[in-house]
Amino acid sequence: MKLSKQDIEHVALLARLELSEDEKDSLTGRLNQIMEHFGKLQELDTSQVAPTSHSIPLQNVFRHDTAGRSMTPSDVVANAPESRDDQFVVPQVVET
Amino acid sequence: MIDYEPVIGMEVHAELLTESKMFCKCKVDFGGAPNSRVCPVCLGLPGSLPVANEKAVEYVVRAALALNCTISEESLFHRKNYFYPDMAKNYQISQYDFPIGSNGWIDITVDGDTRRIRIRRVHLEEDTGKLIHAGGNESLVDYNRSGLPLMEVVTEADIHSAEEAREYLVRLRAILTYLGVNDGKMEEGSLRCEPNISIRQKGTAKLGTKTELKNLNSFRAVFSGVQYETERQTNVLNEGGKVIQETRRWDDANNRTASMRVKELEQEYRYFPDPDLVALHFTTDYIERQRSILPELPDEKKTRLMEKWGLPAYDAEIITDSRAMADFFEETVEHCPDAKTVSNWIMGDLAKLLNAAGLDISDCKVKPVDFARMLTLIQEGTISGKIAKGVFDDMFETGKAPDAIVKSGGMTQISDEHEILGVIDRVLGENSEAVAKIAAGDMKPMGFLVGQIMRHTQGRANPEVVNRLLKKRVAEPAN
Ligand SMILES: [Zn+2]
Repeated sequence: MKLSKQDIEHVALLARLELSEDEKDSLTGRLNQIMEHFGKLQELDTSQVAPTSHSIPLQNVFRHDTAGRSMTPSDVVANAPESRDDQFVVPQVVET
Repeated sequence: MIDYEPVIGMEVHAELLTESKMFCKCKVDFGGAPNSRVCPVCLGLPGSLPVANEKAVEYVVRAALALNCTISEESLFHRKNYFYPDMAKNYQISQYDFPIGSNGWIDITVDGDTRRIRIRRVHLEEDTGKLIHAGGNESLVDYNRSGLPLMEVVTEADIHSAEEAREYLVRLRAILTYLGVNDGKMEEGSLRCEPNISIRQKGTAKLGTKTELKNLNSFRAVFSGVQYETERQTNVLNEGGKVIQETRRWDDANNRTASMRVKELEQEYRYFPDPDLVALHFTTDYIERQRSILPELPDEKKTRLMEKWGLPAYDAEIITDSRAMADFFEETVEHCPDAKTVSNWIMGDLAKLLNAAGLDISDCKVKPVDFARMLTLIQEGTISGKIAKGVFDDMFETGKAPDAIVKSGGMTQISDEHEILGVIDRVLGENSEAVAKIAAGDMKPMGFLVGQIMRHTQGRANPEVVNRLLKKRVAEPAN
């Protein structure tokens, strides 16, 4: 499968990346190279291998349902580009 | 004109009644200062590690079992990727192709017909933060709700009317509250319902374009919203238009739905297994242990109330819609075994007062033992049925015991014949015209005389005794 420039523009939109025309061209080439490497992996016969969701052989790691301390509201918003009344300020969003 | 029918699937989100959030130790609570229950995990700060809440997983397994689902042997958490400030980390931890439960059902009864609504899946995810429009072109974000354990229950498109949609939700809510995994408070948003609605020509299989409804905060809103949306789509098609796939918001004040936004591009969530979280694995032992601790569920309780107390199906269904209501009923009949009278009062006067006050029965001040005592006072003839209504209003208002109210209010029913005769003679003396008519064979003024006697006793005279003695008196007047 070969990625087109349109594919790159679509992926960039999904990732909220603003790319210049030059970057789009260069990324199209570079991402296609990466895709080729994956193509190589695809050649492996994995029909006898169970799908893996995790690389560590662990399951059922739980915590007990007990409440602990949270951060202070002022710490929560300390790194926010903009905050007001201990809340994050974001551009107006349509209610969902 | 073409006859259309709605085809409805329901998505219900239920916040789980745990102490702490789904993947971190922040407390689960309502209200409080904004961002006061937030930590690096639910804020998605780099380097933080989510760990699944064991209790939340148990709750979803129990709910899935109660909904007749199959529990997956292995279940995974996935990341659902999207950019929206309700999640600080730009993805929501959810489940995708390996939900905890699948292929269940709920049976619902509408107009005497029982229908099976299939449940496609029951999964566990985290709730999102709250956005408050701040005026201008800004919104404020509070992440207190972000990361709360949230269960999603999705049906197949098996629902075909607004009544069925409401009834499905009533029964689902009953099951979840019986299990104690959710508080069922739709107004507060801890139980949220989003129906997908399309319409199709009756008798055909081809599905139309569907819309999704949001902001349904009560059973009534679910009913009205589904009904409105069905009619709206029917009108669009009948006028030769096309239904657009969109999310519509129910406007409760104006009883209509309005478009929220037309999705510019089909959402691509790019789900993938969350590398921070390991798989859930459920053994048969674990599943059977969870099944064995399920409480008596609404349908079982309904059957039992019908068998044990002889309640009609209709009464049993209404009373078992809420576990608190059913408990109230059962505690009351322990002390006053006239089950039908108890259920009549619960479905009538009590339900009316609760509705008017906007209270749930669990917040009711009347204790079942006092309620039973009041019904006994009626049965013993200490108070009349009419007086009882006033006594009950007072009990509901103050939580006082009925005996105290009756005693302090001088509401005791008068059954003493001597005392009632005294009143009768006084009334007869004051109304010689009526007495003369009766003596002439015209019995019409009898009702008027009874009314006068009741007025003189502030409604406390035992009506049965009054009627009997009055008849006797007019037939053979005192000397
Ligand atoms: Zn947290």
